[in-house]
Amino acid sequence: MSNTATKLTKSDFETDQEVRWCPGCGDYSVLAAVQKLLPSLNIPREQLVFVSGIGCSSRFPYYMNTYGFHTIHGRAPAVATGVKVTNPALSVWVITGDGDALSIGGNHFIHLLRRNVDLNILLFNNRIYGLTKGQYSPTSEVGKVTKSTPMGSADFPLNPILVALGAQGTFIARAVDRDAAQLADVLTQAAAHKGTSFVEIYQNCNIFNDGAFDYVAERANRSETQLQLLHGKPLIFGKERNKGLAIGVDAQAKIVNFAGGESEALSAGIAVYDKHNANLANILARLDYPEFPVPMGVFFQSERTSFNDALDEQRNSALRTRPLTGSVDDNLRELFQAGDTWVVS
Amino acid sequence: MSLDHHQPAAGSKAREELDHVVIRFAGDSGDGIQLTGMQFTNESALAGNDIATLPNFPAEIRAPAGTLPGVSGFQIHFGSQEILTPGEIPDVLVALNPAALKANLRDLKPGGILVLNEDAFNEKNLAKVGYQSNPAHDEVLAEKYRLFVVPITKLTRDCLAEAELSSREIERCKNFFALGVMLWMFNRPTEATHHWIESKFAKEPELIDANKRALEAGMTYAEATEIFDISYIVKPAKLAPGMYRNINGTSSMAYGFVAAAQKSGLPLFWGAYPITPASELLHELSRHKRLGVTTFQAEDEIAAICSAIGASYTGALGVTCSSGPGIALKTEAIALAVMTELPLVIVNVQRGGPSTGLPTKTEQADLLQALYGRAGEAPLCVIAASSPNSAFQAAYDACRIALKYMTPVMLLSDGYINTTSEPWQIPDPSKLQDFEFEFAKTNNNPGGAFWPYLRDEKTLSRPWAIPGTPELTHRIGGLEKENKTGNICYEADNHQLMTNLRAEKIKRIEAEIPPTVIDGPASGELLLVGWGGTEGTIQETVRNLRRDGHTVSRIHLKFLNPLPPDLGAVLGGFSKVLVPEINDGQLRSVLRDRYLVDAKGFNRMLGQPLKVSELTESVLNLLKAH
Repeated sequence: MSNTATKLTKSDFETDQEVRWCPGCGDYSVLAAVQKLLPSLNIPREQLVFVSGIGCSSRFPYYMNTYGFHTIHGRAPAVATGVKVTNPALSVWVITGDGDALSIGGNHFIHLLRRNVDLNILLFNNRIYGLTKGQYSPTSEVGKVTKSTPMGSADFPLNPILVALGAQGTFIARAVDRDAAQLADVLTQAAAHKGTSFVEIYQNCNIFNDGAFDYVAERANRSETQLQLLHGKPLIFGKERNKGLAIGVDAQAKIVNFAGGESEALSAGIAVYDKHNANLANILARLDYPEFPVPMGVFFQSERTSFNDALDEQRNSALRTRPLTGSVDDNLRELFQAGDTWVVS
Repeated sequence: MSLDHHQPAAGSKAREELDHVVIRFAGDSGDGIQLTGMQFTNESALAGNDIATLPNFPAEIRAPAGTLPGVSGFQIHFGSQEILTPGEIPDVLVALNPAALKANLRDLKPGGILVLNEDAFNEKNLAKVGYQSNPAHDEVLAEKYRLFVVPITKLTRDCLAEAELSSREIERCKNFFALGVMLWMFNRPTEATHHWIESKFAKEPELIDANKRALEAGMTYAEATEIFDISYIVKPAKLAPGMYRNINGTSSMAYGFVAAAQKSGLPLFWGAYPITPASELLHELSRHKRLGVTTFQAEDEIAAICSAIGASYTGALGVTCSSGPGIALKTEAIALAVMTELPLVIVNVQRGGPSTGLPTKTEQADLLQALYGRAGEAPLCVIAASSPNSAFQAAYDACRIALKYMTPVMLLSDGYINTTSEPWQIPDPSKLQDFEFEFAKTNNNPGGAFWPYLRDEKTLSRPWAIPGTPELTHRIGGLEKENKTGNICYEADNHQLMTNLRAEKIKRIEAEIPPTVIDGPASGELLLVGWGGTEGTIQETVRNLRRDGHTVSRIHLKFLNPLPPDLGAVLGGFSKVLVPEINDGQLRSVLRDRYLVDAKGFNRMLGQPLKVSELTESVLNLLKAH
């Protein structure tokens, strides 16, 4: 009956529905990455639930042969919370975009993170509204000319990683759609995390914001413009692996050129990354191209009781204190008759 | 009742028997008025009276002390006959400060009993409400009413002189002194109040002792002093045999939901965001975790309903509750539940609107919002509670229908229903109706992908295939569905078909509606049609009119969508139809629309229950008109 016995493959997670993203969209890469990742998690298909809001990325569940719920704009975190709390055995994934999660759904996004419901959020950040045909988004840069901003956007953009840190999320990471190995690695860590794991994925919209991330996504640029965050390793980047990041006594990051090599890096004062250090994560989350390379990987991870576990514990505690001993009708009689009663004969 | 002057019998105080009495307690919002009223209510219920209550408090938690906006009131109507409303004209007014007197005196029956706390009628408090002279010493007042001026604060202090409490703590016991006076006056028992004090102050034994002493001191004072020359007896009401307790609409409704969870075998998921007056439901439900209730105080109204939708999708009984402004915020998600055909109950405890309106006052102006307030053709079932007693069954039925028909159900209540209390004949859980639903277990499209929109022929409900069920993986969402397969479909004919199916499914809920009960002749000159919390007022009005020789019938609608299938025929039996509502004529519009009946309205927007006197006048005018 269950398909746990046979080893699943990527194609087991594909549906018969025609994928309706524009040809060349970065969403295809993420879909493939997730479909490739899932067999390695050894979770039966029926235990997986993909919940999305509205936007291009939110069509994702239709293409996953699992349980899926395409909800309303911005509210996927709330729906997913109800799903996970009701059945904590399920593996729940929220698929969202920069407009969905950070604009209309900003409130639910931060509250999901602070509650630490045990699920995964994949935020496809393309810095544009694609489905509504090209208005600026809450992550679009100042001055961006779009259909709704002919004179350039006056809005200062949100930094999703900083928002997640501010909401005290317990797993916060970033990856790029076109860097399959990096994306797979981050998704694997996210899936293993107990609590809310949040992954911002830089995703190219080749119709309305083409090339927005080329500076960091193009293979030729990556070594100079990406800074890989590796827990316990020095923060090194550059083609020659001879540049690093040092954190000064003023808590500011600065680029240090050195001879190259890990041991040299330490003596050159280059910081060793610690993903459990929220202060370090805060400093790195503010770094951006072109002044700095863009940090990629896991910014922060910590352990905190998940919301669903805390609710389970409250229910169990209530039952330990006053076990249910009778039938359903007995339980109800006891409830109804609590307090002062009288009998009319 | 009649509270005329009586000469006390020599040697002992007189006792007079009364059929029913209305008492209003009033004071500053920090005076413990609600508590005093509720204790008097409990004692009256335990004494076997029928009761109806009307708490009336400001939206502010503590408006400035001694001012008119800070006045809190609690009215109780109790009697040996059937009590249908909290009453309009108090026979007794207990006013603990000048503001309470000023705000309430105009309602007191001429010749009624007026009890004042003399100590609060000082210069400062009098000035705050613009009294030039002290009404406590006003001869006109003493002539018009039976005035009892009691130094309640001082007497409370005296009886607690030995207590090791701060003067502030001692002063806060004065409401129990006042309660003691009233319990004596109406020959009420005190056991329940003693129990309440013991449990409330379990961790503060000094306060148990102090409050009990203040209560006893009030009773002793009334018995001993010459100013109270008579007490009253209100015999038990003739209620149907059974076990009773006093209950308000909030608890009754909450128990209906817990019963639904227990009898359906489903966990209850309650997603809510605090809002007056619906928060009380969240508080009550949060206490029943061991009975399978999970309450989730969400970050906003939208998250509250969306989490409940997620829970329903996963196999829980999902419920969200709010009041009008919060329901407005939930609107888009309600339509999602309509589109995805998931079971869901949405409770609207209506309050005065629009916008923030009158948060602590009652109104019925969200009926059209419930029926039509969504984008697109998005029909759902609408059920209304009409009293604390009916709230239990209404909640239970809302859950039963939501699960059987896989549909959101809007359950309407109002601030009055949820806060008023009355005796509740405790139902026998074994007699509650069974639930009819099942989780899908097998693929309904063997050899292919599961079809989430293949419907049950009788109810038109779609299969409930919850995550975790092997072989039934499928996708749902807010986009239009292809019939049967549930795949996204923008095809013209399919949209017409699905629109029709969604409407037809709700229409089939007519099968759940029993024949309309007509109180009075089944045809005649005038039919009153009500819904929701106005039932007591309409029932009492009709009872009074019949007593005066008029022939009037009434019906009260529980199902607002679908409407009872026999409603058109019932309306057709009368030449005049009057629809009393606490709105500008919302049900009246619906009836005129559906049945082409020339229904008239009786509409008042006072933030209060309709008044029997005003409705009676309106009915008499209509009967006279040709």
